[in-house]
Amino acid sequence: MENMVNVYLFGKKYSVPDNLTIMRAMEYAGYQLVRGCGCRNGFCGACATIYRIKGDTTLRTCLACQTKVENDMYIATLPFFPLVKQVYDIEKVKPTEQIMMQLYPEIYACVGCNACTKACTQSLNVMQYIAYAQRGEFDKCAEESFDCVMCGCCSARCPAGISHPQVAMLARRLNGKYLAPATEHLENRVKEIENGTFTELIEALMGKPVEELKELYNNREIEK
Amino acid sequence: MYGKEFEESLKAVAAARDANIAYEPARMTAKEKEDLLAAYHPDYKKSEFRELRVGANKGEALPHELCDMLEAKSRIKAEDIDLDHPTYDVDVLIIGGGGAGSSAAIEADNAGAKVMIVTKLRIGDANTMMAEGGIQAADKPNDSPAIHFLDAYGGGHFAAKRDLLAKLVTSAPDAILWLNKLGVEFDKAPDGTMITTHGGGTSRKRMHAAKDYSGAEIMRTLRDEVLNRGIPVIEFTSAIELILDENGKAAGAVLMNMETKEIMVARAKTVIIATGGAGRMHYQGFPTSNHYGATADGLVLGYRVGAKLLYADTLQYHPTGAAYPQQIFGALVTEKVRSLGAKLVNRDGKVFMHPLETRDVAAASIIRECSDHAEGVDTGDGLAVWLDTPMIEKIGGEGTIEKRIPAMMRMFASFGIDIRKEPILVYPTLHYQNGGLDINVDGETTNVKNLFVAGEAVGGIHGRNRLMGNSLLDIIVFGRSAGKNAAAKAKETEVGKLTLSHIAKFDAERDAAGIETNLVSPKLLPDYARKFN
Ligand SMILES: Cc1cc2nc3c(=O)[nH]c(=O)nc-3n(C[C@H](O)[C@H](O)[C@H](O)COP(=O)(O)OP(=O)(O)OC[C@H]3O[C@@H](n4cnc5c(N)ncnc54)[C@H](O)[C@@H]3O)c2cc1C
Ligand code: FES
Repeated sequence: MENMVNVYLFGKKYSVPDNLTIMRAMEYAGYQLVRGCGCRNGFCGACATIYRIKGDTTLRTCLACQTKVENDMYIATLPFFPLVKQVYDIEKVKPTEQIMMQLYPEIYACVGCNACTKACTQSLNVMQYIAYAQRGEFDKCAEESFDCVMCGCCSARCPAGISHPQVAMLARRLNGKYLAPATEHLENRVKEIENGTFTELIEALMGKPVEELKELYNNREIEK
Repeated sequence: MYGKEFEESLKAVAAARDANIAYEPARMTAKEKEDLLAAYHPDYKKSEFRELRVGANKGEALPHELCDMLEAKSRIKAEDIDLDHPTYDVDVLIIGGGGAGSSAAIEADNAGAKVMIVTKLRIGDANTMMAEGGIQAADKPNDSPAIHFLDAYGGGHFAAKRDLLAKLVTSAPDAILWLNKLGVEFDKAPDGTMITTHGGGTSRKRMHAAKDYSGAEIMRTLRDEVLNRGIPVIEFTSAIELILDENGKAAGAVLMNMETKEIMVARAKTVIIATGGAGRMHYQGFPTSNHYGATADGLVLGYRVGAKLLYADTLQYHPTGAAYPQQIFGALVTEKVRSLGAKLVNRDGKVFMHPLETRDVAAASIIRECSDHAEGVDTGDGLAVWLDTPMIEKIGGEGTIEKRIPAMMRMFASFGIDIRKEPILVYPTLHYQNGGLDINVDGETTNVKNLFVAGEAVGGIHGRNRLMGNSLLDIIVFGRSAGKNAAAKAKETEVGKLTLSHIAKFDAERDAAGIETNLVSPKLLPDYARKFN
C-alpha cells in the first residue's frame, strides 16, 4: 500500500506517494518536464530546487532527482540561475591570484556568511573553496570543489553575487592544465605513436583472419 | 537502511565476506560465455525483435521500440517549412551538445569554420556528464595500442570495423593528452603517473579516471571551452528532420524549440549528428542509466535521409544498475566498484562469477542467477544480486570508497545506505547503444554525403559490445575527427537548393509496405507524466 503525502508544487497542493523523488512526484502530479531535468541521476545539476517544510523557517536546497518528498513540502524548482561565466583563453591565462582578481573580483567581497556551503546540494564546503580561490590555491580549490554539479544553489543564496561554480570551474582547469604534474609516460606514448612505433603491429593485427584473432584474444595474458 | 526482509541474506553476505575477498573465481571459457549469452542476454530474446519494413536496413531484425520510431512519420509536413529563409546559416551544424558534439565543435572552430551546436536540453545534459568509471588509453609501458585493439575487438565479439577500431586505439593517448591540456583533471600519482585500473574485459590496467566523475569532469571542461570560444549553442532546441540539398548532400536541419514548439531552419554545409544513445527508449521494459534525452533521435534522423545502420540490434545492458532503493532504480553503479575489488554475490553469500567479465556476460550471468538459479534477492520491485562494496574498504583500506567513488557513496547515502558498511543490490539496466549509423574512417556516413556522425550514435567502432572506458574515448577521438573533417569538407562545399523531398519518398515506401502508424519520430523525450483519462 502506498503512503501518500501532501506536497505544494509552486504553491499548489498535490497528494503523491511518499517514496517518490521530487522529480518523480512532479511527473506523478502530471507535469511533462522539459526544464529542470537532465541526467535524472545527480550529475548534471539541472534540477536545482528550493523547498521549505511547513512550520520550519529554514529554506532548503536540493537536487529534485536525488531527494525524496516529505509531507508539507513547499517546492519551487530553479531550472536556471543567471551565473556569471567569464570567458578566457586557457592557453594564455596563468595560474596566479591575478587571474581571479581579473575575472571574478567579486569573490573578494565574500562576507563569510557561509550561506553557500549550507545551500550546497553536494554537501561541499563551498565557502572554503572560494577562500582557496581568493588565495590563488587552485589545487586545493579544485579538490574541494571537485564534486560540484554546477546547480547554482550556492550562488542563489550569496549576498556578494559570487558565481561559485564558475570560479571553481576555472580553478579546476588551471589545476588540471598547469599545476598538476605532467604525465611523462603519456607524452612518450603519443610521440611513439606519431613516430609509427606501433603501426606495423596494428596493421598486422588488422590483416589477420578472425580465427587467428580469436586465438590471440582467448589466450592473451591478463595483468593481475 | 535495509528493511527486515533483507536481514538474513545480509548476514550471509557479511559472514562470507573475508572468504569471498580471498576467493578468485575462474573466468568463463569462450564456450561457456557463448552459451550463457544465447540463453540469458536480452539481445538474444527473439520475441523482442521484429523485421524492419522500410529503408536502408529493411529486413533486419531490430527491437520493436526502435522499429516503431524508424518506421514512424515525420513531425513536420514539407510544405509547411520555409527553406528559403533559414534562421541560421552556418558551415558546420552540430546536433547534440554532449561530449562528441562539443569535441567536434572545438575542432571545427579551430579549423576556422563557422560552427553552431543545437541541443535538446542544456549543453552537457547528456550521457557524457554521467560517465563515472573512466576512459581507456594504452599509455603505460606494459601496454600498447595493439593490446588495446585486441581487448576491444574480442570484447566486441570480433565484429568491430577494424579501421575504426584501429583509429580509436591509436588516437587514444593523444585524446587523453588533449583533454589534460584543456585542463581536464585525471587521477595521478605525485610524479604525474596516471592511476589506472582494469575495466571489464581489459587485459591491462588502462582505465584513466577523474574519481567517479570522469564524464562530468570531461563534459564540464569541454562545455567551458565551447563557451570560451563563443561558439553559439542553441539550447532546448532539437533537430527533428535533416535537410538535404538538391544533390543529395546533407545541408542542414529543421529545428524545434522544445518549450515553445517554434519551428526553425538551419542551413549548413556539413552536418554532424552527435545525439548520443537510446536508454530512454526502455527497450524490453528495462530501466535505464541514461539521461532524459537519450531517445535514439540521431538514428531516426539519419535513417530517414537514407543513411545505413550497423548493429542497431545490439544494446548494452549494464550488469550493475541500482535495484534498490526504488528512487534510484536503474541508475548506474559504476563498473569501477568492481575494478576496486567488490564482488557479485548471490542471496546466500556465494560469489557466482568473476567480477570483471565483459558487460554482456556479466549481465547475462546476473539474469541467470536471478531466474534459473533462483538465487536472487527479492527487492519488492523485482530480483537482484548483491554487490559487496564493503570489500573495497577491506582491500584498499578505510577511506578508499570516499576517495575513489564519492558519487556512488553520495547517491546511496541520500537514501540511507552507507556503501562502506553495507552491500548494494544490483540488476542489469539499459545502458548503451552499441550500434548506430554506419560511418567511414573519416566519420562520414557511408552513403549520405556531408553527413557526419560521432559518439554513441555511431555503429561499428566497438562491434557488438563495448568495453567500459572505450565510449568516452570514442566521443573524443571521433568527435574531434568529425569536427576537423566536417570543417574541411565545408570549405569545398557549395550548398545547392534545399529540399525535404526525402519525407515524401519515405512516406511512399511506408505506404508501399502497408504500414499504418500514427506515431511520429524522433521521440525527443520519454513521456513520464501521469495520465488522468
Ligand atoms: C551513467 C553512465 C555511465 C557511463 N560510464 C562510462 C564510463 O565510465 N566510461 C565510458 O567510456 N563510457 C561511459 N558511458 C558511456 C558514455 O558516457 C556515452 O556513451 C558517451 O558519453 C556518449 O556521448 P555522446 O556525445 O555521443 O552523447 P551524449 O553525451 O548523450 O550527448 C548527446 C546530446 O545530444 C542531445 N540530443 C539528442 N537528440 C537530439 C536532437 N534530436 N536534437 C538536438 N540534440 C539532441 C542530447 O540531449 C545530448 O545532449 C556511460 C554512460 C552512462 C549513461
Ligand atoms: S537531473 Fe541531473 S542532477 Fe538531477
